[in-house]
Amino acid sequence: MVPSSIAAFLTRRRQRNGFDISDILTYLYLLAGVFVMFAPITWLVMSSFKTQAALIEFPPKFLPYAQETAVVPGYDDPLPLYKVAFEDGSEKTLAQVRRVGIVAQMVDPQNPGEIIKVPIGQRQPIRKIALAWSNYTEPLKRFNFLIYLRNSVIVTSVATIITLIINSMAAFALSKYEFRGRDAIFVLIIATLLIPISVILVPVFIVITEIGWNNNLWGVIIPGAATPTGVFLLRQYMLTIPDELIDAARIDGASEWRIYWQVILPLAKPALAVLAIFSVMWRWNDFLWPLIVLSHTEVFTLQVGLNSFQGDLQTQWHYVLAMTVMTLLPITVVFAILQRHITTGIATTGLKG
Amino acid sequence: MIQSSESDNLPPPIKNRRGHALSRLGSSIVDMIMRFFDFIFEPLQNAIGIKRMAYIFLLPNMLIFGIFVLFPMLLNIYYSMTGGTKLFPQDRQFVGLENFRVLFDCQNYLQPGTCNEDLFWRAVYNTAGFVVFQVGGMVLVSLITALILNREIRGRGFFRSVFFYPVLLSPVVVALIWKWILQREGVLNVFVTAMGGDKVPWLLDPRLATFWVVLVSIWALMGFYTLILLAGLQSIPPELYEAGAIDGTDRWQSFRYITLPLLMPTLFVVLVLSLIRAVQVFDQVFVLTGGGPGTATLYLVQYIYNTAFANQIPQRGLAAAASLVMGSVLLVLTLIQLRLGRASEVA
Repeated sequence: MVPSSIAAFLTRRRQRNGFDISDILTYLYLLAGVFVMFAPITWLVMSSFKTQAALIEFPPKFLPYAQETAVVPGYDDPLPLYKVAFEDGSEKTLAQVRRVGIVAQMVDPQNPGEIIKVPIGQRQPIRKIALAWSNYTEPLKRFNFLIYLRNSVIVTSVATIITLIINSMAAFALSKYEFRGRDAIFVLIIATLLIPISVILVPVFIVITEIGWNNNLWGVIIPGAATPTGVFLLRQYMLTIPDELIDAARIDGASEWRIYWQVILPLAKPALAVLAIFSVMWRWNDFLWPLIVLSHTEVFTLQVGLNSFQGDLQTQWHYVLAMTVMTLLPITVVFAILQRHITTGIATTGLKG
Repeated sequence: MIQSSESDNLPPPIKNRRGHALSRLGSSIVDMIMRFFDFIFEPLQNAIGIKRMAYIFLLPNMLIFGIFVLFPMLLNIYYSMTGGTKLFPQDRQFVGLENFRVLFDCQNYLQPGTCNEDLFWRAVYNTAGFVVFQVGGMVLVSLITALILNREIRGRGFFRSVFFYPVLLSPVVVALIWKWILQREGVLNVFVTAMGGDKVPWLLDPRLATFWVVLVSIWALMGFYTLILLAGLQSIPPELYEAGAIDGTDRWQSFRYITLPLLMPTLFVVLVLSLIRAVQVFDQVFVLTGGGPGTATLYLVQYIYNTAFANQIPQRGLAAAASLVMGSVLLVLTLIQLRLGRASEVA
């Protein structure tokens, strides 16, 4: 029953000519795509739960294994357990006290008084699947991870709020008023759609330094706040809001500011939502500009901090991997919830992710 | 005013959810802020008139835009003509076109080694190579993926999300994921040794490092271009294919004479967008290889970053000159896009 239903599922097509070789190739391609896209991320997550010892092992295991340990009377720390094969063919579970060259000094957990010397070739570590949560908890205690997280949250949320407010105000002016210089300003904004910050790194840095925003989160937040993309997106959307609504509100005696936040903003919610999603993604993932503005560790954002971790902790991949997972987690959750909005938003606006 | 604040103090209706009270609090805070602005803007509006309020609405955005985009653009031009190690332009001496002379001082432009500023030319050639392979590969892979996703398949939404997911990951995260896979004791070398090979130092060989930098960047971004192409494909009216079927077209013919011509504008957008982005490649590569081994993956933005910010003795004037050169390349690319885009609209 199961194979036939799978076959029915796979062969279900609207066209009359049934299932052919091109369909097989299609699904093979898609399955390969799922593997290529997800295997690296799965491997990252699996590795992030491994102990430091398991990480340097070659070839590595897929699942996170950790050596079993036992608390033996007379020893402070838990001792690692091994399965030892003796020359007479018998096997025994022993705990290792220490290793001297190629000989391991071991004890029987049931009989801890007597030290047994075993050549290391005769012992096999006993393992079980265990998640090394300490990879996640230790960096929180030992490094500035929480500070970086806080800085990233501040930058992302404050920058997004500012972007939404000032972009929507500008879009309102450009879409609902007729005034001198309107078209010139609009063309100017559109023209700078094409000027990426990587072209003006040096002069923006000078402006920031002159203001005194070096090593200050405002220096990261403000320069990118007046996004031409956002103004353009919101203006195009606001053009579709009928002018009659504004005229009616004016007759009712509403001020222009009131019209902006009680008539226009609620009606522009869909476009604001798209811009908000993108702004959060841009800011959370931003790297080059924060890297230039921030040189003190206490103001690092997550991305800059993660980069400096991987430089400083080259031998401590277990921490780097766990922190990488923590950094990709928020965006993944947002995507899981809003994936439809994000993909249709991109398809219709062509914003870069 | 007094009346409305009294009505705000009335006991709220029965709350059955905790989130309700919170969101009420949040929206009433926003409400208060907005009322405060109204307090300022209403007399202002009475003073200057309704029409001029447009300038007030434009002000915050244009202020930031002017200070952090327009002014720096102009400053960059002046700055590229100054020398010295001081940061602020007023402390620097004017040197005319000296920085550009240094950048373009070459015996043979095809051999970076013969240039005064050889790193710049290495970065230029590396970037050109990266752009060719990355954009070529990107367009090809995302076109194939979009065509496949456009077939009558089950779970299109799922597969679309799968290909798109890496687009959302930060470049630092993407680089670390692949650095972990490609390191000497990494999982890729497990497959290599399992097939009888020796461990390959993937990121320590110039050619392999370039290959992986290109591949990782395609991996990370292809979902974005696939999505745009898929939208383009789905906007092709199905009647055309039905008409073609009546005329007896086979699959290749309907692709060649219906899909491809109608997809051309979208394909062109994808080409130019990915070109403009590829020229500015930086963060992933910076974390993955740091520009190495040697200068094998040193690209233009990293050259500018190193020259202006990372080197012991910063040469910011030179960096500004190099970014002007890069900016003009981007400008030319964009103008080509606009010109051809208009041409395809007319056609």
